[in-house]
Amino acid sequence: MQKLGDFKLPYFFNYPPYFTLQPVRETREKQIQLWKELILDYCRSQKIFTIALEEDFPLFSNPVIERSLTHEAKEVFLNALVNEGRAEWMDKHHKKCLILWLRIQDWADYIINFVRENGFEDSVMTVEDLRSGIETRGTDLAGIDRGVLVRALKLLEQKGKVAIFKGTSADDEGVKFSV
Amino acid sequence: MASSSPWLPSAALTDAGRPVFLPGEVERHLVPSVDLEAEENPSLLHPPLRARLLALTSHRLIWIHEPSSSARALPLYSIVHAFPPKKSLRSIFAASSPRIRLQISLSDASAAPRGGAAARSEVITVVMRGKADPDVFYGRLVEVLRSKAWEAALANEDAASGPGTGTTGLGFGGSERGGGIRMPVVGVSGILRKEQEMWESTDKSLNDAFQDLNALMSKAKEMVQLAEKMRLKLLSNSTAQANSNDEEMGSKQDMQDWLLSVGIVSPVTKESAGALYHQQLSRQLADFVKLPLERAGGMMSLVEVYCLFNRARGTELISPEDLLQACAIWEKFDVPVMLRKFDSGVKVIQNKSHSDDEVFARLKSLAQKPDALRKGISPSDAAFTLGIAPALAKEHLLTAESKGLLCRDVSPDGFRFYINLFNEIDSDNIYMLKSHGLFHTWASATAVSG
Repeated sequence: MQKLGDFKLPYFFNYPPYFTLQPVRETREKQIQLWKELILDYCRSQKIFTIALEEDFPLFSNPVIERSLTHEAKEVFLNALVNEGRAEWMDKHHKKCLILWLRIQDWADYIINFVRENGFEDSVMTVEDLRSGIETRGTDLAGIDRGVLVRALKLLEQKGKVAIFKGTSADDEGVKFSV
Repeated sequence: MASSSPWLPSAALTDAGRPVFLPGEVERHLVPSVDLEAEENPSLLHPPLRARLLALTSHRLIWIHEPSSSARALPLYSIVHAFPPKKSLRSIFAASSPRIRLQISLSDASAAPRGGAAARSEVITVVMRGKADPDVFYGRLVEVLRSKAWEAALANEDAASGPGTGTTGLGFGGSERGGGIRMPVVGVSGILRKEQEMWESTDKSLNDAFQDLNALMSKAKEMVQLAEKMRLKLLSNSTAQANSNDEEMGSKQDMQDWLLSVGIVSPVTKESAGALYHQQLSRQLADFVKLPLERAGGMMSLVEVYCLFNRARGTELISPEDLLQACAIWEKFDVPVMLRKFDSGVKVIQNKSHSDDEVFARLKSLAQKPDALRKGISPSDAAFTLGIAPALAKEHLLTAESKGLLCRDVSPDGFRFYINLFNEIDSDNIYMLKSHGLFHTWASATAVSG
C-alpha cells in the first residue's frame, strides 16, 4: 500500500479516474464520497486545519500515476464537505478552506473530556496554553487552529461551562472551566 | 383479389415499401392519392382501388397501398391507348378530380405479353384525387408508352430463354433476375474474356457519352445496367463454379464488391417524385442501407452513408440536407432502420434491431483485460476491437460511461476510459480491499506493473 509520509493511502489512490472529475452523476457521487472520506482522514491524521487551493497539497496529486486534481475538482470535493458542515470556506473566492475533521460541537465535547480527565475543573488556562502548552501535548488539542478553538470555547461559554476573560497580555485570553 | 383481376396482378414491394423493379425498369413519375376504377365494366375490378400511390415506371403502372404494403401493377404493354384528361368546364372547378381513361387489351388465355388471338379491349379510369397536375402525368405516360422500354427487355428474354417459356408472377416479362444470363460461359476466365469484349464495344459508347451532358446521362444508365448484368453473371457463376481456384475466387469477390456499390438502377429524383421526393427517397434509402449496415456491424455514420448512397446513385446526387430529411422521415414508416442521435450530437444510422448491450458487453470485456486495467482504453483501441470508426467508438464509450460501466481519465496523455471501480469500493472502509471481485482484479493487475 502506498504511503504519504506516515499516512497509508487507500488502494484506489492509484486509480487514474479517481483524479478526473466524473461527469456521470452516480459515478461522481461515489467519487465525491470517497474524496470526502480521504480528505477528512488525511487531515485528521496530519492535524491539518486549512487547505489552500492554490498551493500544493500532497493529497491532491499522485506522482506515481502522474495525475493531479484540477482546480475545479478540488473545489467540488471541498464544497461537498462544506455542504455537510465538515468544512468552511474562509474567503469569498474559495481560495482557502477550513477543514473540520471534528465539528465545533465535537471539539467542545473533546475539551470537556480533556478537562475532566486531567482534573482542570475550576482551574484557569489561557487559550494559548490549550493550543501549545505542556498540558495538551499528545492530545488532538495540540496545534489546533486558534479560530476553531475559540469557537468551541464560545459554544461552551453559551452553555455556562467556561468563562472567557481578557488575560494579562493583550492578545491572549483566559479560560476558566466550571464543569 | 389478385385472382379476380388477372390483368392487374399484385406487385412485389421492398421492406421499405418501394416497388421492386424489373431488370431495366426505371421509375418516371409518382402521383399520390390515385384511384383506379372500371366504370364501363365494374366486374373487371371489384372493388376499385382507392387512394393509392401511383408509380409510373418505364414498364408498369403500379398502384401502391402504403398502409398495407401491397401493390397492384398494370404492365404498360397492355395499354392500347391513353385518352388525354378531358378539358371540360366541370374540371376547371375543384369539385371534380381529373380522370385519365386507358384502353387496355386483355388476352383471356393468360397474361401473355405477346398477345393471343382472343384479346378483348376494356377501358379503365385513373382518377387523380390529389393536387397533382394530370397533364404532367399524361405527358410522361405518353412518353413512356412511346419509348416501349419493355420491348428491349422482352427481346432479352427471348434470347435467353427461347420461345415457349411461360411468364410468371409479376405478370410481365417474368424476367427472374437470372433472365438474360443463362448463356453457356465456361469458367471465370470465360466471363472475363466476355467482359473484355463487352468493354471494348462499350468503349465506343463511352466516347460518345462525353459528347454532351444529356448523352452522358443516358449512357450512365447503360453503364449501371452493364454493371448490374456483370454482377448477376458473377453471382450465378459462383454457384456453378464452386471449384475454381482461390485466386479466381478472390478477384471475382473484388469485382462483385465494386459492382455492388454501383447498384441503384432507378434512383428517386425530384423530377420523378415531385412532392413525394423525400418520402420516396427515404424508402429507397432504407432499402439501400440494409446491406452496408450489415457489413458495418449495424451502425454507420451519416457521412459514410452519404458517400455510399451517392456513389450508388451515380449521376443523380443528393444533398446532405436531403439525406438528413430522408432519414428523419423513417420514424413515420415501418422500416428496419433508424436515425440515432448521440448525446454529443453525432448522428448515425443503425438497424432497429441493433442493441447497445452487445457493444457494451464487448467494451466491458475489453476494459477488463490486464493491459486495459492498467492503462485504460482509448477510442482507437475500442475502434480496433469493435471494427468501427474511432469517432463512432468514442460515442459507444461515452454511452457506456453514461450507463456507469466505464469512467474517464483525462490527463496530458489523453482521454482514456477505465472499467468503473467506484461502485466496487466500500465508502465506509476506504482502505479495505476485498479478496475477490473487480476491484481486487484491478489491484492485482496494477500491482504487477509496479
